Amino acid sequence: MSIKLTVNGDTRELDIDADMPLLWAIRDHLQLTGTKFGCGMALCGACTVHIDGQATRSCVTPVTAAQGKQITTIEGLSTAAGRAVQAAWIGLDVPQCGYCQSGQVMSAAALLAANPKPSDADIDAAMAGNICRCATYVRIRGAIHQAAETLATGAPAAP
Amino acid sequence: MYFRHIEDAAALAVGRSPAELSRRQFLKLTTLAGSGLTLGMVLPGCGTGPGGAAAGPLVMPFVRIAPDNTVTVISKHLEAGQGVWTGLPAIVAEELDASWDQMRVESAPAQVPMYGNLAMGGKIQLTGGSTAVANSWQQLRQAGATARAMLVAAAAKAWAVPASEIKVSQGVVSHTGAGRKATFGELAGSAAKEPVPTQVSLKDPAAFSIVGNEKLPRLDARAKSTGKQQFAIDVMLPGMMTAVVMRPPRFGGKVSSFDATKARAVAGVIDVVQIPRGVAVIGKDMWSAKKGREALSVTWDESGAEKRGTTQLMKEYHALSRSKEAVTVTQRGDVEAALAHAVKRVEGEFEFPYLAHAPMEPLTAVCQLSADKCEIWAGCQFQTVDQANAAAAVGLKPEQVSINTLAAGGTFGRRANPESDYISEVASIAKATGGKYPVRLIWTREDDITGGRYRPLNYHRVTAAIGKDGKVAYRQRVVGQSIVAGTPFASMMIKNGVDPTAVGGSAPEQYDLADAHVSWSPPTVGVPVLWWRSVENTHMAFSKEVMIDELAHAARQDPVAFRLALLGEHPRHVGALKLAAEKAGWDSPFSKEKGRGRGVAVHESFGSVVAQVAEVTVSGDKITVDRVVCAVDCGIAVTPDVVKAQMQSGIGYGLSAALYGKITLTDGHVDQTNFHQYQVLRINDMPRAIEVYIVPSTNPPSGVGEPGTPPIAPAVANAVRAATGIRLHTLPFDLAAARRARA
Ligand code: FES
Ligand code: FES
Repeated sequence: MSIKLTVNGDTRELDIDADMPLLWAIRDHLQLTGTKFGCGMALCGACTVHIDGQATRSCVTPVTAAQGKQITTIEGLSTAAGRAVQAAWIGLDVPQCGYCQSGQVMSAAALLAANPKPSDADIDAAMAGNICRCATYVRIRGAIHQAAETLATGAPAAP
Repeated sequence: MYFRHIEDAAALAVGRSPAELSRRQFLKLTTLAGSGLTLGMVLPGCGTGPGGAAAGPLVMPFVRIAPDNTVTVISKHLEAGQGVWTGLPAIVAEELDASWDQMRVESAPAQVPMYGNLAMGGKIQLTGGSTAVANSWQQLRQAGATARAMLVAAAAKAWAVPASEIKVSQGVVSHTGAGRKATFGELAGSAAKEPVPTQVSLKDPAAFSIVGNEKLPRLDARAKSTGKQQFAIDVMLPGMMTAVVMRPPRFGGKVSSFDATKARAVAGVIDVVQIPRGVAVIGKDMWSAKKGREALSVTWDESGAEKRGTTQLMKEYHALSRSKEAVTVTQRGDVEAALAHAVKRVEGEFEFPYLAHAPMEPLTAVCQLSADKCEIWAGCQFQTVDQANAAAAVGLKPEQVSINTLAAGGTFGRRANPESDYISEVASIAKATGGKYPVRLIWTREDDITGGRYRPLNYHRVTAAIGKDGKVAYRQRVVGQSIVAGTPFASMMIKNGVDPTAVGGSAPEQYDLADAHVSWSPPTVGVPVLWWRSVENTHMAFSKEVMIDELAHAARQDPVAFRLALLGEHPRHVGALKLAAEKAGWDSPFSKEKGRGRGVAVHESFGSVVAQVAEVTVSGDKITVDRVVCAVDCGIAVTPDVVKAQMQSGIGYGLSAALYGKITLTDGHVDQTNFHQYQVLRINDMPRAIEVYIVPSTNPPSGVGEPGTPPIAPAVANAVRAATGIRLHTLPFDLAAARRARA
């Protein structure tokens, strides 16, 4: 069926199954491959996107539920929080294999948008849905704190 | 509508680096030249530029310097997170005196001997055994120094000055007297015309400024923080279809027959084909392929399938440990006599589950097949093995198969399997569909968790004792499957009946023990097993370090002092252990209030020694690891921050197994399917503090990707015993069960 999706500000009409998860519409039909597949069951966070600003697991979100909403993927992340997070990620060399990191960045950006000065406990709570098998967690915590500081002191530049 | 969206040039260019043209040309040339190419051989540049200066690249097997002033290091190793795309360029940049900003990296094609792993004799191209930097060290220093010498020679000729007066710094070649300077890019074309020096001198390590630089940023951090890094799952080729495979529900099962009627009726399903490892459902996208597979009905022939469960297997392992069927792994002195006369004796039985690697990127590979050519895109870890297996699957010669090694979303050993399971599968699918379209195979997480190739289930039985003279005697029986038996690696690796990837790194190898005996009983089980980050050390280090700790406890000695007394012949163990203990404040008082405890472990693997001190809090049956202090001796730390990251990573990976990791089977069926059942470490379980210290060393670099993993589980177990008195001998840790067992 015809589905209209607004991703990173662009509205596209796709002829896809109504039950298709947003993840596969984004990856296979819009060719935006920054959003990753890790589990398909909302268990790992690799597929995290923002829907109307909320961090959402796209692997369990049917495309019909995303219609008419603003979907942001890593490719379109441009909020101040998003930029600060990415700059901190690069500055602290957070990524290892990097596969989970789009999801981590999207979750971290959503966290900072809602809570500009998170504690370690806040970070653990907000980020526990994002698995990193390379266990970059110590640096993720550090980078979120650093991004929070950047946000508090001024607008971060694009990474 | 699916194809309509593949107009994006970037998508079409997938797998192609910006410098594709020269790389393509390079590949063609290297293929033509065959294996006769040597390190220093220069491939033709591109003619003469304006003003008589030769324009064009300097192209060598491991380094390419382009007119745009970029220096690209050709990586023969897979980047899977461990940092080789930073470490290998650092070695070249150091000898070349390049500026870090100009460094780039790309994957080498599959080719031996040029890109063979020198730690494995150079005949196979593979990344494993934590050897990437270690085996490349001399090779890439040489490559960097050779390229530098040719740039200098070209400048000397152009400026008519002696080469010895030319300086190279930060990517700029200069001569003060003549007042001349040039970039690498400007000199590359004429350097390519210079003869390749047969001898170059390497830098004095004291003059290193890139190697050992704490601040050197990873070359891949930006792409990996912005979603731009490309993995196999991101490859989009025009007309590409997506496949998933239905595999036997029990290991060793085979397709008896299948009915694809319903699967074919699913919208978007293109084809259903049988391949040696199952039945593939091919769709226009992942969703249709997956739905097609759900509608597929397969009848399995399970006559040869493994039908035992892990409870039964463990029972059999216990029995085997008491049988005479075993081979000797290590023998020192007379352990039976020493045990008979001991004054203190400790017994230990240890159980280790099967473990899935569960890399974040589920196994994925893309294949494009024509009559005489097969091209593979994957996070290949065993390039030439994968090439040969793909060739066999499609009926071509290995040289007709080209391998594009992309960054892998983790591996931890999973992608290095002798039969190249997922790559053979995608090649078989391409063959079965006649190469009509490029095909991308994706394993779902369920396929990954239930797909076998686990860290072997293991049972260890240990008796350790202290004699009147204070000497330690140690007897151990290990029961666990061989990893290499039945593979082409068996003849190379199994010596005197012992598979070193199944058993090794035992107490008598790592401590000065006069009387010891370690034996191994390999059971035959149909569950496929594989090397899992740090291989045999995952279980061997655990029983060793827990037993040594319990001996120290029995002798009422401090665990660090007790170990140091047994390490006279192991100075690197001493160095790492002392550094970790000092930084952890081991000699200062440690409050055991509120369920706190502290434990230590030290272990050598892959040429490196790692010591860790873990501080834990036990509340009820929950174990929280508060702090880990880690010291590593890995020879020269080429990229210290990557070394630190690998220690943090190894600790997290090992902790995941210590607290959660467990694959069980019931009647031959794997019980866990996804991360809700196969739990892994999440951020809330990661220690708040992990401090890593590097032991200063002038030795050549040794392993880093794996050695951080073995010590963490025993360090935590020892900390928990210090806090509670409870001995944890079964992984993953289950304090409640251990309390019940003691009661
Ligand atoms: S792929 Fe969506 S949460 Fe794992
Ligand atoms: S960086 Fe590899 S899974 Fe997170």
